[in-house]
Amino acid sequence: MSAAKQPGQATPSSAASGSIIRPYGDTTGDGMVQMSFTLPLPHDKKAEGAALQLARKMGLDPALLVHAKAMGPDFTFFVVYGSSTHLVNLDDVHVVEREYPLLSAKDANLTIKKQLRRKLVVVGACIGTDAHTVGIDAILNIKGFAGEKGLEYYREIKVVNLGAQVLVPELVARARAEKADAVLVSQVVTQKDAHIHNTTQMSAAFREAYPAGQVPILIAGGPRFEDGSEKALGVDRIFGRGTTPGEVASYLVHEIGLRKGKKP
Amino acid sequence: MTRPDAMLELDPAVVRRARALARKAAAPVVKIARSHTTVSVERATLRLAGLAGADHERVPWVNHLVTAVRDEVGLEHGVTTPVYDALLRGEAPDLTTLAQKAASGNVSFRMPTGREATAARRAAAKGVGAGLRTIDRSRATRDRLIKRHGDPKTKPWIYLIVATGDIYEDIPQAQAAAREGADIIAVIRSTGQSLLDYVPEGATREGFAGTYATQENFRLMRAALDDVSKELGRYVRLTNYASGLCMPEIAALAGMERLDMMLNDSMYGILFRDINPIRTFVDQRFSRQVHARAGIIINTGEDNYLTTADAVEAAHTVTVSQLLNERFAKEAGLEDWQLGLGHAFEINPDIPDSFRMELAHAMLARQLFPDAPLKWMPPTKHMTGDVFRGYLLDGFFNLVGAMTGQGILLVGMMTEAVVTPFLSDRDLALQNVRYVMNAASGLTEDFHPPRDGYIQTRARQVLSEAVDLLDRIVSDTDAAGDAPLLAAIADGTFGLMKRPATGGKGLDGVSERADDYDNPATTALDAWTPPAKMAGR
Repeated sequence: MSAAKQPGQATPSSAASGSIIRPYGDTTGDGMVQMSFTLPLPHDKKAEGAALQLARKMGLDPALLVHAKAMGPDFTFFVVYGSSTHLVNLDDVHVVEREYPLLSAKDANLTIKKQLRRKLVVVGACIGTDAHTVGIDAILNIKGFAGEKGLEYYREIKVVNLGAQVLVPELVARARAEKADAVLVSQVVTQKDAHIHNTTQMSAAFREAYPAGQVPILIAGGPRFEDGSEKALGVDRIFGRGTTPGEVASYLVHEIGLRKGKKP
Repeated sequence: MTRPDAMLELDPAVVRRARALARKAAAPVVKIARSHTTVSVERATLRLAGLAGADHERVPWVNHLVTAVRDEVGLEHGVTTPVYDALLRGEAPDLTTLAQKAASGNVSFRMPTGREATAARRAAAKGVGAGLRTIDRSRATRDRLIKRHGDPKTKPWIYLIVATGDIYEDIPQAQAAAREGADIIAVIRSTGQSLLDYVPEGATREGFAGTYATQENFRLMRAALDDVSKELGRYVRLTNYASGLCMPEIAALAGMERLDMMLNDSMYGILFRDINPIRTFVDQRFSRQVHARAGIIINTGEDNYLTTADAVEAAHTVTVSQLLNERFAKEAGLEDWQLGLGHAFEINPDIPDSFRMELAHAMLARQLFPDAPLKWMPPTKHMTGDVFRGYLLDGFFNLVGAMTGQGILLVGMMTEAVVTPFLSDRDLALQNVRYVMNAASGLTEDFHPPRDGYIQTRARQVLSEAVDLLDRIVSDTDAAGDAPLLAAIADGTFGLMKRPATGGKGLDGVSERADDYDNPATTALDAWTPPAKMAGR
C-alpha cells in the first residue's frame, strides 16, 4: 500500500512523534508482520492461493508465502510474511493506566496500620470447576511471583487461601466469617466462557449477601479477562497476566483508602 | 534402550536407605488403608458385580444402593453382604432392580448371620468375580492385540493429550493424533470431575477443559483406538485419570474397558484437591490393586510439585514422592513395568545451568528406578505465551528425554498456557520430538557425566535432600497420634499445603471396617499375584 512509502513516515523521528503507527520489521514504516495458520485443505497450488488470498483479506499486501506443509491428507499449515496495510492511531487507543502508586511491602504495611488499625483480611480462592491455583498462589503464597513475596508475607495482611474448586456460597460464607476486606478469585479455565460465568455468579452472590456499600473489594485475576470489563463482571478490579503481589497489595491499600474516605 | 549404568555413581547405601525410609513411612498408612473402606470402594465393588446405569437425574444406581445400605446397616460390614442377602431373600431379581427399589425406599437391608450370611457372601463372591474375570479378559485381549499389532518401534512412547469436552469430537482428534505419531492418547477429564462423588453415565458431549470419564466414553474411545491400531500396525494405548473421589470406581471401569494407563498418584488428591487423606489412601490402595490386576500402567503426578514450588528447591520432593509412590504401588501388587513415575522439566530457564540441573534430575530418576517406564513431562510453568521461546524450551525438554532414556514422553505444546493446542501446534510439537529423537537419542551411548562433576554432584545432593525429608517424615508426630506420614501431610511438609487427616473433602465417606467386614473384590485382590513375567516386557 502506498501509505507505507509516504515520506512523512520514512524516518524514525517522524514516526515517533506522530500518533499513527505501523508494525516494524526491519525498516521504519514497512508494516511487516508474520503469521501462521492452518487451512482445511490438502496441500496443493490452490491451497497456497487460498492462503495468500486470506492474507490479503487480512490486510497483508504484499503477502509472502514462506512456508506451506501438509499435515495429513486434509490440512495444510502456512507461514506468511507481509506488510500490513492497517494503521493504528494512538489517539484512538484507550487502556487502563494504573491510577495508584506502587508501594513497597513496608509502606503498604504502614498505610494499612494507619488506616485500619488492624490487619487487612484477604480471602482468596479458585472458584467453580477451576483447579488452576497457579495464579492465586503466586499472589497469595509467601513464595510470591517474579521475585516479589506474596501477600502472606505482608505483616498487616491476613491471608485466607481457600484453594481450588471452591463453591461460591462457601466463599461468601468464609468471607463473612473472616470479615474479609477483599476477596480475590482466580479464573484460568476459559472454555465456554467459564471464567466470565463464574465471576459474575460470584459478584452477584456477594451483592446479595452483603448490605449495599459493604461488599468487600472484589478482585478477579486471570490471563483472559478483558481489560475494562470490571463493570460487566461486577467486580472492582481485574488483574491479568504478569500481575505481581506488590501491585495487588498497592491496589488494596489505595482502594481501602478511598472507601475509608467515603464512609462517615 | 541403552540403560545408563551407574552413570551417576550414587552411593548404594544411600539408595537403600531412601527405599527403607519410604517403606517405613508407608507402612502405617497401608495399615489404615487395610482397615477402612469408603463409599467409592463399595461402589466400585458393585460395579464389578455388574451394577451400571443411573436414574433419570443421572444419579448412578451404585450410589443409590450404597447410600441405602449405609443408612440402614452402615458401611463397616461392606455392602455386598446385605445387598446379596436382599437378593437371596427375593427382594429383587437382580442388582439393578434392587437399586431402583432401594432408591425409592422399598427394600429393607439387614446384616444376615450364620448360614444366611455365608450364603450371601458366597453369592457376592460369585457376582463380583464376574467383574474381575472381565478385567482378566481385558488384560488378555490387550496382550493379544499388542502381539498382533506390535508395540511402538522406539522409546520413549509419545504421549498426546486430547481434550475437547465432547467424546465424539475427541474420537477423530485422537485418531488423527495416533496417525500423526502418538503412541498414547490421554483424554483429559473435565476439571470438575475429581470432586464429584459419583461417576457420570453414558457418552458425554459437555465438559470443561476436558471430557468426563464415563464407562461409555472409555468404551467408545478404546474401540476407536483399536480401529486405528489395526490401521497403523501398532497398538495405541489409552490413558485416563483414576484420581479424585471416585478413584476405585474409575479404576474398575478402566480395567473392564481395557484402558492401558491411568493417572494415579498417592498424594495428589490430598495436596492439590484437598481430598481427605484417609479417603485418598484407602481409595488409592483399592484402585492400585485393580490396576495391578488389569495390567494397567500407572502415571504418577510429581510434575505438580514443581508447578507449585520452585523446581530447584523442590527437586527432592519429586524424588520423595516417587519413592512413596513406588512403595505404595508395590504394596498394592503393581510391578516395576507398571510404574510410570512422573517428573517434569520445570526449572526456570532464566537461571544459570538450568539445563544441566534438568539433566541431573532426570538421570537421578532414571537411575533410581531402572525398570520403571518413567513419565517425562514438559515445561508448563515457564511457558509464557512467547510461543517461539516455548518451542525452543520444548526442544531442550525433548533433548533431556532423549539423553536419559525416558519411557513415556508427554509432548510439550508451544501454546501451553495460551490456548488448547491447534492442529498445527500438535504437528509442530511432534516434528520437534522427532527431530530431537532422530538427532540425539544415540547420545545415551556417548554421554556419561564426568565423575564428581556438576551433574553427579547435583544428583547426589537431591538424593540426600530426599533422604533428609523422608527422615523428617518418618519421625513426624502430631497431637492426634496419627501415622507420621499423615502428620507430615498435616503440618505442611509437602509444599505449603497443610492437610490434616480430619479435614478435606470426602471424609464422611470413610468407615473403619468391622470384624465381619467382607468385600469379595478386596479379598480376591489381596490374594492375587501377578502372572509370570512375559518375555520382552
